[in-house]
Amino acid sequence: MQFSPVSRGHRDAMLRAVGATKIDDLFESVPAAVRLARPLDLPDGLSEMEASFALRALADANTPATALVSFAGAGCYDHYVPAIVDHVIRRPEFFTAYTPYQPEVSQGTLQNIYEFQTMICELTGMDVANASMYDGATAFVEAALMASRIKKRHKVIVAGSVHPEWRVVLRTYAASGNIEVVTCPVENGVITAATVTALIDDSTAALLVASPNFLGHLEDLASLGEAAHAAGALFVVSVNPILSGVLEPPSSFGADIVVGEGQPLGNAMSLGGPGLGFFACRTAHVRQLPGRIVGRTVDVDGRGAFVLTMQTREQHIRREKATSNICSNHALNALAAAVYLSAVGVEGLASVGRACVAKAHYLRDALLATGAFDAPYEAPFAHEFALRYMKDPASMHAEMLRRGYLAGVDLGTIDPGMDGLVLFAVTEKRTKAEMDAFAKEVASL
Amino acid sequence: MTASDARFPTSAPSRGPRALIFETGSPESRCVVAPELDVPEVPLDTVLAGCARAQAPALPHVTEGEIARHYHHLASMNFGVDSGSYPLGSCTMKYNPRLNEDVCRLEGFAGLHPYQPIETIQGALGLMVGLSDALAEISGLPGVTLQPAAGAHGEFTAMMVFRAYHTAMGDPRKRVVIPDAAHGTNPASVAMAGYEITTIASDANGAVDLDALKAALDTDVAALMLTNPNTLGLFDPNIVAITEAVHAVGALAYCDGANMNAIMGKTRPGDMGFDAMHINLHKTFSTPHGGGGPGAGPVCVSAPLTPFLPGPLPVRLDDGTFSVGWTDHSIGRVRSSFGNFGVFVRAYAYILALGGDGLRAASEQAVLSANYMKEKLKGTYPLPFDRPCMHEFVLSGARLRKEHGVHTLDVAKRLLDYGIHPPTIYFPLIVDESIMFEPTETESLEDLDRMIDVMLTIAGEAASDPELLHGAPYSTPVRRLDEARAVKQPDLRWRPPSAR
Amino acid sequence: MNPADLRYDKEHEWVRVEGDTAVIGISDFAQDQLGEVVYVDLPDVGDELAAGDTFGEIESVKSVSELFAPVSGTVVEVNDELDTASEVINSDPYGAGWMVKIELSDASQLDALMSAGEYEAFVANEA
Repeated sequence: MQFSPVSRGHRDAMLRAVGATKIDDLFESVPAAVRLARPLDLPDGLSEMEASFALRALADANTPATALVSFAGAGCYDHYVPAIVDHVIRRPEFFTAYTPYQPEVSQGTLQNIYEFQTMICELTGMDVANASMYDGATAFVEAALMASRIKKRHKVIVAGSVHPEWRVVLRTYAASGNIEVVTCPVENGVITAATVTALIDDSTAALLVASPNFLGHLEDLASLGEAAHAAGALFVVSVNPILSGVLEPPSSFGADIVVGEGQPLGNAMSLGGPGLGFFACRTAHVRQLPGRIVGRTVDVDGRGAFVLTMQTREQHIRREKATSNICSNHALNALAAAVYLSAVGVEGLASVGRACVAKAHYLRDALLATGAFDAPYEAPFAHEFALRYMKDPASMHAEMLRRGYLAGVDLGTIDPGMDGLVLFAVTEKRTKAEMDAFAKEVASL
Repeated sequence: MTASDARFPTSAPSRGPRALIFETGSPESRCVVAPELDVPEVPLDTVLAGCARAQAPALPHVTEGEIARHYHHLASMNFGVDSGSYPLGSCTMKYNPRLNEDVCRLEGFAGLHPYQPIETIQGALGLMVGLSDALAEISGLPGVTLQPAAGAHGEFTAMMVFRAYHTAMGDPRKRVVIPDAAHGTNPASVAMAGYEITTIASDANGAVDLDALKAALDTDVAALMLTNPNTLGLFDPNIVAITEAVHAVGALAYCDGANMNAIMGKTRPGDMGFDAMHINLHKTFSTPHGGGGPGAGPVCVSAPLTPFLPGPLPVRLDDGTFSVGWTDHSIGRVRSSFGNFGVFVRAYAYILALGGDGLRAASEQAVLSANYMKEKLKGTYPLPFDRPCMHEFVLSGARLRKEHGVHTLDVAKRLLDYGIHPPTIYFPLIVDESIMFEPTETESLEDLDRMIDVMLTIAGEAASDPELLHGAPYSTPVRRLDEARAVKQPDLRWRPPSAR
Repeated sequence: MNPADLRYDKEHEWVRVEGDTAVIGISDFAQDQLGEVVYVDLPDVGDELAAGDTFGEIESVKSVSELFAPVSGTVVEVNDELDTASEVINSDPYGAGWMVKIELSDASQLDALMSAGEYEAFVANEA
């Protein structure tokens, strides 16, 4: 199957019009030494029907979490997505469009982004948000780089309680030499202001924390923010936006930059990608903000309109001095998030948050009551918590999978230092009946 | 049309943006109603350690019908590939197949959690291995990571792989050489990787000046970053000499793969001597641009660089099952999870549909269509480099500016009135008043001829009525915007009335 | 066209000497090339500048240019009006569009700058 509408006859006419007799005449500038003298070693093309069967077979060879009773979280969550979301993002005017560089014909995309930016500001309590980034992990790193530029300092402190994958990404980027990363040790599942204060100095550009953190615990943002500011560093906080209806935003604790993974807002899990990195900061720092920003203005007739603005920060103008090399945003994922937030509204978001928190606390109590688990920490948590399984977590996980459950995330598979711990996330999709059945089954192992 | 023209009632909906979603609906409107909680409520203020949200965020109050209308109106103001010709140079705005949209939404793909056990994602791992193998064959470079989320992200990833390689060789180097015609992400990515940049000029034919390159190459250079075909749409005939010169000083050659749509099945960057490249799945492999993203920028590398790739990498085991692994000297990760999996599904569906011959035919048609347009336009719009182009070509609007005071920007804005999306303008920087056309292989001859006719008509309008072009566009939802005001009076978010 | 009492450099800046102080701005040619100025990033009072160093940046919607010090000295005053009215650089580049005043450290550097006539010839050659 192929998608070119040019017929053989038209192709021949075009060849004549350019003075060529055959297609390869147009490839003469390719030196003979590098011309591919054989066909590509790929299977022949398939009809649409065959291609759809082939992909369906690959899909059927998976057992998706959404078909199981899943308690897996750790940065990617199974929430209910209202039907209207997919109907909107399936509109070709949105998904086949390019970046809105010609605003006169891109007001749909531009208004979407302006509304998304507003929503992120409302959720995080910050003044300005960008048009989104690839994922929470890269947004987190960009926040570190931005803080370093603003403060003209080289070091950042990252809480050891942040997602291990995000910390690996931070270290990978730091190998460039542009920043130096110091990890703040974890005590009882969180970090403390005292430990931060001992580590922080006048070469520290920022303190980077997540709340809830990787283990689901809430960090003491008020005291951590103070510790960062006392040393003249910026305070960067990553949050889970699904909890923004029930948790006080980091702006109330002095956060200078707020980032996170926006997948829980209306986006499928899709094996972890494409995700949705969001990024928000204070007005004073807007010129150092990476990524695209949409602003409102007027056209020559005085009509209100939207446009990409402050582009001199970006790579296509400032090149090696740009605030980032980023050239895209996750526009379609941001649109899904905006439709989701419009669909659930403020009461709906609060109700989703309340349900997640209530159900997680219910499940934790139920699991502890089975005697098969131990609580390693007592720190406050929202909708995610880690328990120690008293026997072999890998066998438990495998057996529960056979019984139709995704029994959280076996943390030993992500970080050997967390062997024995299982991380459970509970979303609004889980029912009391499912949780009761799960507890009963796991107790019987 | 006068103010009181009864044919056009004044209360008919206006064109251009209307209300924001926040200004739509009413406080009682609801869309999704959550089910009753089936477990006991918990006292949030205690449970959340005193951090329960005090003041609710301002979000829309709308019904589903109001949402549907709002986004219907927004869509009506948007031009996509489905709307008409979209010949943006170096963006490859080809048709986005609908099967791809369906298959990425299959529950067996969309419902996967990244930390599910390996046994439960065999199909996904198989797809990623299949995609990686196909990209390795197309690029001529065997080591593949699908992790980077975009082309720029891929550029950065490859620079970090290069850095790790040179460090492992005991010779960390300091600089990367980039031609002046390079896309802005190239120097930006190099800077993010901690390298200094040396820029070299292009020669009179728009290719790399080989002497300038050799003068710039020394043992302090880690890499050359090049686009081939280049940003003028020209294939550099000296490419083998270029990569040989780079290797002669122990440096590595990186290919920005944005222009792969010209060469699939015709030549391969690995065979040209490149050590690494990125591929834009959202350009060459038909995945949609989404209004700005998400895309994907997989990186393909030579065998000696494979040990440094970020992970985890999906692998095929000897028994035919799939797993994940890390290479011995991996640089780590450039993002969470495997990458933009939803984009991989779309790209793989496209590759299965076209097959090897179909990909080659796509490139051949892309190149033919670009040459056809170039031949028909070059008489009216000067061609800075008059030789056969690849899948895109660059014209200059300088003659129109000189003779009629009409800039490339005016031509671009006037195209909008004819229902055609403008080509890329003012890039590459080395051509004055540049206009870069990339029609792609999914435009019909009729649509190509229409674009040509309209460009010629506009050149005529420039001669007879330049003021008309200065004021274009006229028929779009909004007309030219006051971009300076957007910068000087930043309005980057809506504020609820109570907060103003 | 270009005021005769000013000195000019190759980066299209002008200098007006007032005793020990040099007032610096950009020329009419420069503002025309830039288009509408939307933002200027200027140094702080007290900053030391050396001739040839960049002392700031000037932005239009689609471009950024560096500002180069034509002479050496210490910054004694910065035109704060440009924070809210950057467009005055376009409308009055030699008057209200001034950018910084510096206390000269080496008045002989002025001799290396161009007169109005020399600058006009320089611009004509470049175009």
